[in-house]
Amino acid sequence: MSKEGKIYRVAGPVVTAVGISPKMYDVVQVGKEKLMGEVIKIVGDHTIIQVYEDTSGVRPGEPVSNTGRPLVAELGPGLLSSVYDGIQRPLPVLKDKMGDYIFRGVSAPGLDREKKWDFNPAVKKGDEVTEGQVIGTVMEGTMEHRILVPPKVNGKVDKIKAGSFNVEETVAVIGGTDVSMMQRWPVRVPRPVKEKFQPDIPLVTGQRVLDTMFPLAKGGAAAIPGGFGTGKTVTQQQLAKWSDAEIVVYIGCGERGNEMTEVLTEFPHLEDPKSGNPLMNRTVLIANTSNMPVAAREASVYTGMTIAEYYRDMGYNVSLMADSTSRWAEAMREISSRLEEMPGEEGYPAYLAGRLSEFYERACRCKTLADSEGSISVIGAVSPPGGDLSEPVTQNTLRIVRVFWALDTKLRERRHFPAIHWLTSYSLYDKQLRGWYSANVAEDFPAMREWAMLILQKESELQEIVQLVGSDALPDEQKITLEVAKMIREIFLQQNAYDKVDTYSPMQRQYTLMKLIKKYADLADKALTAGALVAKIFEVPSKQRLAIAKYKQNIDDEYKAVDKDLESDFAKLGV
Amino acid sequence: MSNVSKEYKTISEIAGPLVFVKKTEPISYQELVSVKLSDGSTKRGQVLDSSDDMVVVQIFEGTAGIDRNATVRFLGETMKMPVSKDMLGRVLSGSGEPLDGGPAITPEKKLDIVGAAINPWARDSPADFIQTGISTIDGMNTLVRGQKLPIFSGSGLPHNDLAMQIARQAKVRGADEDFAVVFVAMGITNEEKQTFMKEFERTGALKNAVVFLNLADDPAIERIVTPRLGLTTAEYMAFELDMQVLVILTDLTNYCEALRQIGAAREEVPGRRGYPGYMYTDLAQLYERAGRIKGKKGSITQIPILSMPGDDITHPIPDLSGYITEGQIVMSRELHRAGIYPPVNVSSSLSRLMSAGVKRTRADHQNVSDQLYAAYAEGKDLRGLVAIVGKESLSEKDRRLLDFADLFEDRVVRQGHEEDRSIEDTLAIAWDILRSLSKDQLNRIKQEFQEKYLKS
Repeated sequence: MSKEGKIYRVAGPVVTAVGISPKMYDVVQVGKEKLMGEVIKIVGDHTIIQVYEDTSGVRPGEPVSNTGRPLVAELGPGLLSSVYDGIQRPLPVLKDKMGDYIFRGVSAPGLDREKKWDFNPAVKKGDEVTEGQVIGTVMEGTMEHRILVPPKVNGKVDKIKAGSFNVEETVAVIGGTDVSMMQRWPVRVPRPVKEKFQPDIPLVTGQRVLDTMFPLAKGGAAAIPGGFGTGKTVTQQQLAKWSDAEIVVYIGCGERGNEMTEVLTEFPHLEDPKSGNPLMNRTVLIANTSNMPVAAREASVYTGMTIAEYYRDMGYNVSLMADSTSRWAEAMREISSRLEEMPGEEGYPAYLAGRLSEFYERACRCKTLADSEGSISVIGAVSPPGGDLSEPVTQNTLRIVRVFWALDTKLRERRHFPAIHWLTSYSLYDKQLRGWYSANVAEDFPAMREWAMLILQKESELQEIVQLVGSDALPDEQKITLEVAKMIREIFLQQNAYDKVDTYSPMQRQYTLMKLIKKYADLADKALTAGALVAKIFEVPSKQRLAIAKYKQNIDDEYKAVDKDLESDFAKLGV
Repeated sequence: MSNVSKEYKTISEIAGPLVFVKKTEPISYQELVSVKLSDGSTKRGQVLDSSDDMVVVQIFEGTAGIDRNATVRFLGETMKMPVSKDMLGRVLSGSGEPLDGGPAITPEKKLDIVGAAINPWARDSPADFIQTGISTIDGMNTLVRGQKLPIFSGSGLPHNDLAMQIARQAKVRGADEDFAVVFVAMGITNEEKQTFMKEFERTGALKNAVVFLNLADDPAIERIVTPRLGLTTAEYMAFELDMQVLVILTDLTNYCEALRQIGAAREEVPGRRGYPGYMYTDLAQLYERAGRIKGKKGSITQIPILSMPGDDITHPIPDLSGYITEGQIVMSRELHRAGIYPPVNVSSSLSRLMSAGVKRTRADHQNVSDQLYAAYAEGKDLRGLVAIVGKESLSEKDRRLLDFADLFEDRVVRQGHEEDRSIEDTLAIAWDILRSLSKDQLNRIKQEFQEKYLKS
């Protein structure tokens, strides 16, 4: 097998080479400038390569060399707080090397080779270890980075030493194999796990509309339609800040440069509310904007996913955000059309659905090789062209993911935040998560949620009547239903990301708040039966107090006080 | 790389704008080509596909007159744009040749026209408010430096007038900096060109502008190159000469048609409506050349104009553009018919960077804008209702909203072609018409602003 060949044809990012016989998805170096590319098709003697960089000026006859290995991600200490492009080149390093623009032919390793890390062994000489097991730890900023036995390595620890090492130095010898703190893993191959669990624990985000109404399970996948200025960015930041995932991987895939800059400038300033440290300390950002090479965009989601899996294997809960998967799908379409493949729907390749599900299937909560538990929850933004949800990317995504958070332009215009619509969103995890909620929040929590959804559903039906005949024509009990629905929307679903108290709502508080609204509803019904006037029921002072209780510093006491007030107020109305 | 350029007489096929050349030495992708015709004239082109057997060349000026005996010369370099400070005030063709009878440009530098992507890490967030003097933009869809804000228009609408008015009036207040306009015309008619040029001369704006003209009867293929020449010039002026550059690109629809034409000639698998599958990436490579860079004084702000075929905003051209640009200004045929200039439909317009812009204007700006949007939207909804039930059956409050919508179009939207409103003027007009609403209808405006501005 020859490792060196030459270019036969160049047409945009697709290059054909002859004289090499690589494996599918091997990484090759193309041309005199050694542009990085990946084998995507083999036809007879011809090897078709997608090149991650601009190919202007490259000509037939230039050399092509096969590295013999697929596109890999470098995994080890130093990933956190990094900012990478789609093929894991650190953007700050690229800036130092090439200036403000990204030129081609510059390679930069994903992990810093110079930096020393303090390695603390967790096993000792003579111990029997297996793949995926923790052999030591390193403090990566404020996170504990667990060094794992590389896949396919098993045996007795021949040697292990504490001390300060860079990522390439040997820290241990296991079964005759030198082990350093860095692993390489092919990005298109899922990292192995021992067992995948049924997702039955919610990813608690502290956002009421998500946790109570449309929960995402740890290890599950959700889709948000984004790109309409509906507050997608704020929602994602809230999730990054508050969800009970230890590690955040954010992939900016084919989005606007200025938007990415916003993320890059804001994330380092965001404070991790749990530790007070910068949120960047537990975040990895991948930025491949729309004008950066399309092949690297296609690879970016895999690079991000591989990094997420690596932290999962240490036993962490990871949340991965891909913004936007539609741009990724378009990259596939573009490359497919360059390959002159037969197109499927709307020009997308026929394997679109397959690739999307392969990607989302890498989300899971699982038992790692070392028997600890980790998870990856995926939140994928989709950008349907013309807002048309029937287009192939959205449809294929919705077939796979089980949670849909429908950000709604009308709600945004009405300043209802988070602008997640309660009627069009859904979560198919609600049944699976019932058990957790009953055991960990309150026995009647699932019932409460159903009650609230029912009221909101009724409201939308009643609204249709109101539009025809006006609200005055409704019977009293329906007026109360409308009022209670309004309370659920304004008090419970609306949440102010910029308010110190309201920005994060623990499960117990979500429950208490919902219960208070329910209490008002029940008391109102009783008062009506007892003959009280609707106007009086709407005017009880405790109702006003309830509306603003969520912003109070002493919120828990306030809720108790409101609870008492409700009773005394309604006692006055004869209940 | 050899300096000797290679000549061939081995054309094997000519199809549409493409020429296929056989048996060449290795030719690089995107290399420039010059073709000498039998009558002695030359045409220029660029390599689209290069292999050992065959090189595909796209001819900028069209293939008319090329025969099998034409001589093809490969120039050994990719397309470069000569740039210099003296370019201000010049009028150039769609392929960069002087059209104004002036001398060729003496280059200080020759830059690759494809342009590399700005490293996201090196970008600076757009922030400075640009006052265009147009209320619907300044007040409600604020433009900031480094933003790309397209005008989505339709045939027969006065988007060119609006673009020229913006070019004339745009400024960052309180800043005394070098300002330049790069005007890139793609496939505009001769008549439109006359109007633009007259306008440039009349207002004296030409001395701060570089104009690239690819007219409707110029080869369509050249249109692929023209915006890249313009943007390369803009990058040079912004990031090497520290100038604040406004780039106006018109009309992107013609550009995309040219892309489709080449795609079809190459027999590529088409995407939506026959446009090539890579159109998103291609457009991104134009639009994303707007922005600011950390540590550099200059900036590039883009106002691309595109006419939506059949006024259809979901057509691939406006749709893909909308996903790359930071908002859009949408022109309305209804307002135009009603005789309102500029006919900006604020309801579907959006500036994604507005929140950055309003930080530099006045504290009440965001509130006022929100209120205008909300009240105008309600007023417009009521128009539909009035058509059915009549104005009499509306409540007092609704009648106010209905009148407000008319007032809004007449006072805020409508303005003169020469009217340059400061942001204070715009806000004053807004407060003036907001007074026609009752106090409890001003639910989007903080009490303190109501107290300060409502009375005076």
